[in-house]
Amino acid sequence: MPTFRAPVVDYRFLFRELFDVASLASLPGYVNADLDVLLTALEEGGRFCEDVIAPLNMPGDAAGCRWEAGDVKTPEGFPAAYAALADAGWLSLACDPAYGGQGLPFTLRFAIDEMLYAANLSFAMYPGLALGVYEGLYAHAGTALKELYLPRVVSGKWAGTMCLTEAHAGTDLGLIRTAAVPNPDGSCLLTGQKVFISAGEHDLTENILHLVLARLPDAPPGTHGISMFLVPKFVPDANGAPGARNAVFCRSIEHKMGIRGSATCVLDFDRATGWLVGEPHKGLRAMFTLMNAARLGVGLQGLGLAGVSYGNAVAYARERRQGRSLSGVKDPQASADRILHHADIRRGLLWMRAFVEGARALATWTAFQIDVELRHPDSSVREEAADLVALMTPVIKAFFTDGAFVATNIGVQTLGGHGYIRDYGMEQFVRDARIGQIYEGTNYVQALDLAGRKLPDGNGRMLRRYLAIVRAELAEAERDPNLAAMANAFGAAVNRLSRGAMHLATKGIANGDEVGAAASDFLQIFGYVAVGHMWLRQARVASQRRVTGGKMDQRFYDAKIRTARYFFERMLPQTETLLVTLMSGAGNVMDFDDDAW
Amino acid sequence: MRIAVCIKRVPDMDVKFRIAGHAKGVDETGLKYDMADFDGYAVEAALQMMEKEGAGEVVVVSLGPDAVQETLRKALSMGATSAIQLKCDEVPFDGFAVASALASELGGATYDLIMFGRMSTDNANGVVGPMVAELLGLPVVTACSKLEIVAGRGTARRELEGGAEFVAFDLPAVVTIDEGIARPRYPSLKGIMAAKKKPLATKPANLPEPRLVIARMDLPPERKAGRIVGEGAAAVPELVRLLQQEAKVLA
Ligand SMILES: Cc1cc2nc3c(=O)[nH]c(=O)nc-3n(C[C@H](O)[C@H](O)[C@H](O)COP(=O)(O)OP(=O)(O)OC[C@H]3O[C@@H](n4cnc5c(N)ncnc54)[C@H](O)[C@@H]3O)c2cc1C
Repeated sequence: MPTFRAPVVDYRFLFRELFDVASLASLPGYVNADLDVLLTALEEGGRFCEDVIAPLNMPGDAAGCRWEAGDVKTPEGFPAAYAALADAGWLSLACDPAYGGQGLPFTLRFAIDEMLYAANLSFAMYPGLALGVYEGLYAHAGTALKELYLPRVVSGKWAGTMCLTEAHAGTDLGLIRTAAVPNPDGSCLLTGQKVFISAGEHDLTENILHLVLARLPDAPPGTHGISMFLVPKFVPDANGAPGARNAVFCRSIEHKMGIRGSATCVLDFDRATGWLVGEPHKGLRAMFTLMNAARLGVGLQGLGLAGVSYGNAVAYARERRQGRSLSGVKDPQASADRILHHADIRRGLLWMRAFVEGARALATWTAFQIDVELRHPDSSVREEAADLVALMTPVIKAFFTDGAFVATNIGVQTLGGHGYIRDYGMEQFVRDARIGQIYEGTNYVQALDLAGRKLPDGNGRMLRRYLAIVRAELAEAERDPNLAAMANAFGAAVNRLSRGAMHLATKGIANGDEVGAAASDFLQIFGYVAVGHMWLRQARVASQRRVTGGKMDQRFYDAKIRTARYFFERMLPQTETLLVTLMSGAGNVMDFDDDAW
Repeated sequence: MRIAVCIKRVPDMDVKFRIAGHAKGVDETGLKYDMADFDGYAVEAALQMMEKEGAGEVVVVSLGPDAVQETLRKALSMGATSAIQLKCDEVPFDGFAVASALASELGGATYDLIMFGRMSTDNANGVVGPMVAELLGLPVVTACSKLEIVAGRGTARRELEGGAEFVAFDLPAVVTIDEGIARPRYPSLKGIMAAKKKPLATKPANLPEPRLVIARMDLPPERKAGRIVGEGAAAVPELVRLLQQEAKVLA
């Protein structure tokens, strides 16, 4: 069975040295976010994930979820783990204290989420969706609904779902047909079928709150006619306890490649009672508040899986002996050298490491911006942070999940046949990672969001703001002679990003396919630059602290600098190829007759 | 009931240790630290007694440099009421020195029960608890796997080879705790936040000159790689020959 070791040491570096996480405590509402508390929470949250959540991962994959006459049984141990997660306060760590939350920053929540996802993605889907409903109601529901429902989600008594997808409406949500008919008392009756609904039915909580996209009778067609509704499995009675069973039923669950402990449900709504959340016909936009958070969450899933696969691959490579090192025997007393001595094994492990540690820094940077966006007293600072988060959301979602699929595959490769068979759990990480590239909007949809929406917005305002920050970091790094080569490589990649953006802006106006054909390459370039930004910063801080002394030991700083070097010399050059393919234009894919397929 | 629990900060045992250059201790770089295992059971047992009673106090005490505050905070986040650090630059190896410093702190206050882990997970001497009892003139029960206190009297269960014994004693007393008494709880996030506001006092440790010091530390020698003689029944004659002639374990 694989083991999960929480990346607490790396987070200590990120929280204390790479970013000024201590400064969060001075933002209004974050008085409890004392750095000591955050560091202890990392440590203990990590241990909780290691000891309580991770051991359920492999058995949960083997057992899967079971559907019986409309009920769903989750794998053994999930219900108790959910209760433990909620009771300890991990579930509600960033929720508003007015509803029973802990009011701690997103910077901590992202770190804990990475660990939960790494420990057991299938399990962590359930609290993730419950928090999605929390966010949806928190942002859009009226006081009455909030006071009734939020404390129960926060306490872990009730969970939730996001019901968007229908059989014929996946990416194109404008096609949604589920209908909502208003009742005289202000509630509505919903009829229709949703598919692929994660956590749609389960035995973890006494009630499940569905946030459902549906159409009111007077709705205009397309995406501007969709409204958001809250449909509880059990309608709360006068005391707020689960009352009458609502007419929403789980017809079946899917059998699937990965996240087998997470129930993926077909849900039938048969005149089920629901309440409008937010304004009529503005449901898709409302759903986007939680979708954006969920997209970042999916990125963290990728990060978590890549990280846990990396940890297990290294542990194996340290022990497994095969062949002799090409530069001469390393362990003469043994019959073979450890595979860790083979250059190609290191190349793979370093890819994983540079991806994971770079992505983790970028996730933390972004979470920090979310905290600034939510809490900073100065509205112009909040706006800038909001731009950065909006820009980074599709990048984190797609780049992290694409990277996770590569990384978890390297993980399998490192173990050879032992990676492919079940026993070591490495193949599960690949299967679990695959969905991240699909749900919450496929990675192509992310690329289009970045290239077609975020870039043009305000004439490129978001990108300009981001590039200013990146260039400032570059200028700082250029002052350290040890970092000259890295800074040089990074500067070239930043220029490629700008050229890619320019290509999209000029070619895309005349022909949308030019954007469509370039978007995925552009997102990849963006991802490499954004992670590169973090590597330059990590290298700079490590290079300084190695001399001035810091809170980590020398070996830690040395390893950071060496991993940075790998990133700049072996990963960042991908941007060169990506720019070439991006610039090749849409002709090579579009000039292909429909009947030639 | 007022309970004191003495806890030690020790390195996480799951790692490969290196010996430091001076050969008198382990190289601390890269080590992770936590409360010693048996001390965790003791804290848990104390908290459960307090919770059962619905009143009382659990004071956690640790001797050592400021880093032990982290361990004390952990106990506070599990639910202990207050903490005391007996400050010194490093924890002496000599259990009597440690016991003397603890006794001088604990003797001045009125505790119904003073608890320890059966032994620390790093040095495994298991002497500090009994020595504190001796210094304070209190009864001591070691390695308890169950503990019950009713009206000023305690009963403790001790595991023996193939059986158990039950020891009755009067309070105040010292007990040392074995595993199996109660799984230590995970500090909850709520507990961690609450711990920040609980009192943690720092006092100088009243340490006598140590009478024991570590002269030298060595890692066990690396085991030589094994040799595969052959497979199945065919290998037996050669194996017997080697055991007789090379290893000389068979006559
Ligand atoms: C395990 C699992 C869990 C899920 N959980 C949930 C959930 O909790 N709630 C929920 O509502 N949904 C959920 N989904 C649904 C998921 O979000 C959709 O599967 C996803 O949005 C893609 O929709 P689709 O499967 O219909 O694919 P399609 O939309 O049919 O897409 C097929 C392919 O075409 C591409 N494509 C589609 N439209 C365009 C376009 N305009 N331009 C270019 N390319 C395009 C896509 O990128 C994709 O490659 C889940 C799915 C799975 C498998």
